[in-house]
Amino acid sequence: MIDGLQRLGQLTLGWLNRLGRATLFLLRLLGAVATLGRRPGLVIKQLYSVGVLSLPIIAMSGLFVGMVLGLQGYANLVDFGATSSLGTVVALSLVRELGPVLAALLYAARAGSAVTAEIGLMKATEQLAAMQMMAVDPFARVFAPRFVAGFIAMPLLAGIFTAIGILGGYFVAVKQLGVDSGAFWSQMQAAVGLVDDVINGVVIKSVAFGWVANWIAVFEGYDAIPTSEGISLATTRTVVNTALVVLALDFVLTAIFFGV
Amino acid sequence: MGNFKKLELAVGAFVALGLAAFFMLAMKVSNIAELGEDKGYKVTARFENIGGLKVRAPVTLGGVRIGRVAGIDLDMRSYEAVVTLSIEPQYNQLPTDSNASILTSGVLGEQYVGLEPGGMDEYLMNGGSLKLTQSALVLEKLIGRMLTNAVSDDKPPAKTP
Amino acid sequence: MSATAFASPSDPPAESLLVTVRGLSFHRGDRIIFQSVDLDIPRGKVTAIMGPSGAGKTTLLRLIGGQIRPDAGRIEVDGACVHELGRKELYQLRKRMSMLFQSGALFTDLTVFENVAFPLREHTRLPEHLIRTLVLMKLEAVGLRGARDLMPSELSGGMARRAALARAIALDPMMILYDEPFSGQDPITMGVLIKLIRTLNDALGLTSIIVSHDVKETASIADYIYLISEGLVVDHGPPNALEGSNSAWVEQFLHALPDGPMCFHYPAPAYAEDLALREEPSCD
Repeated sequence: MIDGLQRLGQLTLGWLNRLGRATLFLLRLLGAVATLGRRPGLVIKQLYSVGVLSLPIIAMSGLFVGMVLGLQGYANLVDFGATSSLGTVVALSLVRELGPVLAALLYAARAGSAVTAEIGLMKATEQLAAMQMMAVDPFARVFAPRFVAGFIAMPLLAGIFTAIGILGGYFVAVKQLGVDSGAFWSQMQAAVGLVDDVINGVVIKSVAFGWVANWIAVFEGYDAIPTSEGISLATTRTVVNTALVVLALDFVLTAIFFGV
Repeated sequence: MGNFKKLELAVGAFVALGLAAFFMLAMKVSNIAELGEDKGYKVTARFENIGGLKVRAPVTLGGVRIGRVAGIDLDMRSYEAVVTLSIEPQYNQLPTDSNASILTSGVLGEQYVGLEPGGMDEYLMNGGSLKLTQSALVLEKLIGRMLTNAVSDDKPPAKTP
Repeated sequence: MSATAFASPSDPPAESLLVTVRGLSFHRGDRIIFQSVDLDIPRGKVTAIMGPSGAGKTTLLRLIGGQIRPDAGRIEVDGACVHELGRKELYQLRKRMSMLFQSGALFTDLTVFENVAFPLREHTRLPEHLIRTLVLMKLEAVGLRGARDLMPSELSGGMARRAALARAIALDPMMILYDEPFSGQDPITMGVLIKLIRTLNDALGLTSIIVSHDVKETASIADYIYLISEGLVVDHGPPNALEGSNSAWVEQFLHALPDGPMCFHYPAPAYAEDLALREEPSCD
């Protein structure tokens, strides 16, 4: 019993310690972001790597999720004769929740883990130390570009996911299941508010998730133990921690914006 | 550095795609067309019970949407609900004796205000009010009324000596 | 065992010292890495720091480079106390030092050319054609001018180290720190590296500090050697002076003898007991 408590205490302290390190890291990172104005090339290169290369998985997943929403929504609404509301169902689900959250999770799995592994490997092969010895700040050269690029990419990817999802839902609902096209769009337009849903949903959520996901990805790489096991552990940590934090943050944001 | 040019192109396309997605969300998905209005004129209507009517619910006449519910207040002296309707400026020929009812659209029950035109020659202006109103139907009261009617129908006819 | 650096006449003269280390103490966890170490690194010469694995040689380089701080003592490079410098001054100092890491530590996403150009692009505003000229000159010095468009993953170990060396001399530093440059290399590559280190040192007027446990190779080009073990300087001097040392440990190390003051056997209980061999009670 006492042992258990002691263990718990140790874990909590360890966790707090880590959080503190991560915060100090973030502060230093933000300081380095200011220097990026002179080197846009670095950010662009990373934007390609985390943004463009994530497009396939985001687009395909968005399409499938939208199509499933169309199917499921139809199956549930047809009993009430309310299939004309299908557009609303698909759009609100995606815009308020599924778009930003799923895009963030997929991003963490594809881009976040890649960034962590890359940075961890640079640490293990002494490239970061070499940079320091050459009087080049790795925060400015390696970490900040990845963070900024990811921060820009995340909302764009969430928007693309949501838009493609709605189109997927449209395809299934109207082309396959025979829902009236006019009803699909007009009911949706009546129900989805620009500020209330799109901005509070996709935009704000994806910005918040982008901040979190990229912070975690870069920090875990920086903090990784420089062995192959350490890197593997760090990569796993990135995906798991990002998922947990994104979901928790989603709850908070949903309660704030969409709570009754 | 030719590689970099291709990269820049890809990144530019990506950002453009993202912005296009948001554009689509704003234009086709949301009700952006209805923002920035409220050039409409305000008319009030009093109801005993507004049911589930919410702000921004549509106001229709003959099924055509002519405005929105702009505000809902409670008059503590007469205990009536005061609903402020914002009618779009082009629909400025509503007779002052028009009737406002709170109706339900479809099974899933979003409530709206339906107007029926009256016959007067005077038209509603900004700040005017609708005198004839019909409150929302409350389901429990309906059932209660139905039951009392059913009971009274079942009463055996009065016996005549 | 002497721990000071001032005693013998074979010591380098004081004015021409680039790096001085006095009373250095450092520990990691509960392991003491350095107890109280004094070193003098003379300018323009190749100084070797040798010792068994785990003696803290790499740590010493990091201490000199300011990547870690000592617990006690003083490290001065070109008159500046390294661990008391602010971040800006430290970066300024580091522009004049270079370090060659054990694995080369080339940036894996850049070509050899770009790797060597990296310090030039970061720290100077030279126009592109000048950078190209300088990079090609550095690559020529290490014999890799033809390999300039290869990626680090396409290089052999020896070539990677040579490329890293070209990068290290890109800004014409005053000092290069070599972390185990010869470990794991084939004889030819080793020969190449040995020749390069010595030639560059003399041609460019560098000061070189080599940390290694490859005795023969290092001793062949070193002007001065420090032997470190168990957190102390065991002996120091020019290579021929150490040959004649009367320390048994130095002799074991320099001649690669398997047994001597450094025991062959890791401490263990008595062999017979371990094998559970003992007198059986006789069955009477």
